[in-house]
Amino acid sequence: MTWTPDKPIISIKDVRKSFGAVEVLKGVSLDVMKGEVICIIGPSGSGKSTLIRCINALNDIQSGSITVEGQEVHDPKLDKLELRKKVGMVFQQYNLFPHKTALQNVMMAPVKVLRQPKAEVEARARALLRKVRLEGKENSYPGELSGGQQQRVAIARSLAMNPDVMLFDEVTAALDPETVKEVLVTIRDLAAEGMTCVLVTHEMGFAREIADHVYFTDRGVIVEHAPPREFFEHPKDPRTRAFLSQVL
Amino acid sequence: MEQFFTWLYQEQGINLTIGYDSYDRGLFLAGIWMTVKLSVLSVLFSLVIGALGAWIQGSPSALMRGLVGAFIAFFRNTPPLVQLYFFYFAVGTVLRHTGENGLPQPLVSGFGWAVISLSLFAGSLNVEIFRSGIEAVPRATVEAASALGFNRLQTYLHVVLPLALRISLPSLGTNLVNLVKTTSLAYAIAVPEVLYVSAQIWSDQLNVREMMNVVLLTYIVLVAVLVWGLHRWEKSMRIPGFGT
Repeated sequence: MTWTPDKPIISIKDVRKSFGAVEVLKGVSLDVMKGEVICIIGPSGSGKSTLIRCINALNDIQSGSITVEGQEVHDPKLDKLELRKKVGMVFQQYNLFPHKTALQNVMMAPVKVLRQPKAEVEARARALLRKVRLEGKENSYPGELSGGQQQRVAIARSLAMNPDVMLFDEVTAALDPETVKEVLVTIRDLAAEGMTCVLVTHEMGFAREIADHVYFTDRGVIVEHAPPREFFEHPKDPRTRAFLSQVL
Repeated sequence: MEQFFTWLYQEQGINLTIGYDSYDRGLFLAGIWMTVKLSVLSVLFSLVIGALGAWIQGSPSALMRGLVGAFIAFFRNTPPLVQLYFFYFAVGTVLRHTGENGLPQPLVSGFGWAVISLSLFAGSLNVEIFRSGIEAVPRATVEAASALGFNRLQTYLHVVLPLALRISLPSLGTNLVNLVKTTSLAYAIAVPEVLYVSAQIWSDQLNVREMMNVVLLTYIVLVAVLVWGLHRWEKSMRIPGFGT
């Protein structure tokens, strides 16, 4: 089955996932169309991070199906590299390579994994660092950068693989309030360029502004989902209402 | 120079033949060179064995992990001198070929066995040292590499090993210093390294006390050079803003 852009770029169907005896995802389904930005919100431990980690096979699943561009992610015969070229991921703790400069961090995967020519990758990496507003920081090591700067290097590093989808796992949760904004601006630029984005976030204001669709998860299920306006102004489920009243 | 050592012997009774006798000096310098060769080769091979063993220890195959575990247990729990004898006298007498004169010839020389034996001995300890370094690399960093499409080997080579090496360097240094000192065991299988040639000299010249001092001083200098090199290495690998 070949994928065409009129079908969901990510399709999650009835996914179940347990860590030992604890069932973290209890039958989750959602679809993401190309160019869409979706935000997943919910209390901690509700399974939202686990869900997006399953999308690029960092976690496996017990049952159900996840496809990215029509390709089943949890097929044991899956070429993981093919999947990871399509899906970029940014983490809460940035997870940069501490022994490499910002520029080297961005260049490493295209050069070492895709074996693209170094000069070409370097030009692209410099352009990406400019794009995330880090011109002049190319030769700084992660330890010399602020949290917000490191996170933007991490975004550039992911973009260097030319992914079709970007996953953001609570990428501002470890940042102080002033630097949150610089990272959010970067994500907003990306979304505006038409990048498909899946965000797990606690930034309600940002979710409301940027998302095409908001999902609320609690205890391993999707309780409610709706376009942001409807979701934030007229939440239907009592659990959503209780959550929103606490965080807004 | 030679006059000074002759004077030292005749007037002071300190008989340093390597100072005025060119034969003894040649022998002694060859001994130092042999010790340096033994040290450099064993250090390099032991590092390769350490990195390779630590990589296999992270392998999904229980059989491979078990093999590495057995290798470490064997070389860590037996004395290096016994290992050297084992290779030279037990394995060495099996590994023979028939020479041109029709007599059995050893395939591996005493020097070869010394390098093999010392590399395996120090390498087994390096596996454990590297492993402790690898375990200190955050899982999240490894995960970021796999999310970027790195496979297990690429992650190990480009991310895990460079970081683990920096973490392991202090204990690695201790082990390598010990390795250089352990090369003196090659004496036991007649590899003409510093201690061996010194014993040859003192048997001929009856200057044990003088030569013992020279031998100790030689090792002090050799180890000092190694320690200096390791410090330089550590410094060159220091990452701004990482660790302390």
